[in-house]
Amino acid sequence: MDVESAKIIGMALAVGLGMIGPGIGVGIVASKALEAIGRNPEAQGKITPLMFVGIAFSEALAIFALVIGFILKYT
Amino acid sequence: MSDHLAHYGEGYVEAYLAEVAAAEAATEAAAHAPAATHQETGIHVALAPEQLGSLWGIPITNTLITSWIVIILLVALGILIGRRAKLLPSRIQTLFEWMIEFVYDYVAETLESRKLARLFFPLLVTLFLFIFTANMLEFTPGIGSIGFYHGDEFRPLLRSVNTDLNVTLALTIIVFIVIEMTGMIILGLRKYLHKFFPNPFRSPIGSVVGIIELFSELARLVSFSFRLFGNILAGEVLIIVALYFAPYGGAIPLMLFEVFVGFIQAAIFAILTLFFIKIAITDAH
Repeated sequence: MDVESAKIIGMALAVGLGMIGPGIGVGIVASKALEAIGRNPEAQGKITPLMFVGIAFSEALAIFALVIGFILKYT
Repeated sequence: MSDHLAHYGEGYVEAYLAEVAAAEAATEAAAHAPAATHQETGIHVALAPEQLGSLWGIPITNTLITSWIVIILLVALGILIGRRAKLLPSRIQTLFEWMIEFVYDYVAETLESRKLARLFFPLLVTLFLFIFTANMLEFTPGIGSIGFYHGDEFRPLLRSVNTDLNVTLALTIIVFIVIEMTGMIILGLRKYLHKFFPNPFRSPIGSVVGIIELFSELARLVSFSFRLFGNILAGEVLIIVALYFAPYGGAIPLMLFEVFVGFIQAAIFAILTLFFIKIAITDAH
């Protein structure tokens, strides 16, 4: 296997595997936030921004994987 | 190949080789043709901003020019709105006042002190406005498409600010210094360092936890800058890919999504700064 194809496979693996965990994490955050809003609809204004903060935290990990993929492929 | 050659016979080997050489030359010419006519084949992604020139040895990149445009826009907007401020507010002034009041109240509620809110409010809102305006400018027609050729390489004149790791890292370093200095000044140096280096004889577990916390403090430099950089760069690459496969209208829903992402990332940057300031000024238990 030459370096070029190894790079492409590495990029695909890094991005694909790296997205699994954050995907599950974002799902858990959103479902729990919706549960909380369902139990206490008045608290929606307080829960929604915190939910986005939580989503951004777990999504950042997926973005790290994507950046690693870009670095592998384009440098 | 050997039986292929046998087919040609003894005298025709040279003819066959000449044929192969001609075919090779043709493929090579075809491969070089697009570069000669400046036609992009495939998707091109540049991780680093392109350098346009240099001023007294300082490299001038296209993101630098765009960030100055963002600053000029914000200053012009500020002067325009600030000069027309009246005691009896007009409709637009009421809108801006309402927004500022909402954010100010949120900051004061989180920090549990109106004095500290007065201190940090300008920094937080400036961070938000700068990142938000920069992210919105990403979709202006002309950014990334107007430029010039430097040899074979295309260099756009303007480029979305946050797709440059230098910008996000600079913002992160500002935020990092502000957080650490705030903790040191408000808690006092001794108390603040006690958070990370407690007395190892009194609490051995506490000293290990303190070192972990010190590392998580330093990891913010990476996570803050890469979150912003990665999100905006990923959005831009996503739009390029969408335009490559579905030209004209294909990228519009993605652009709407990227507007949302740009707003969220700007808000996240400011809100996380606020939360970490709050953590830094909270006494260790």
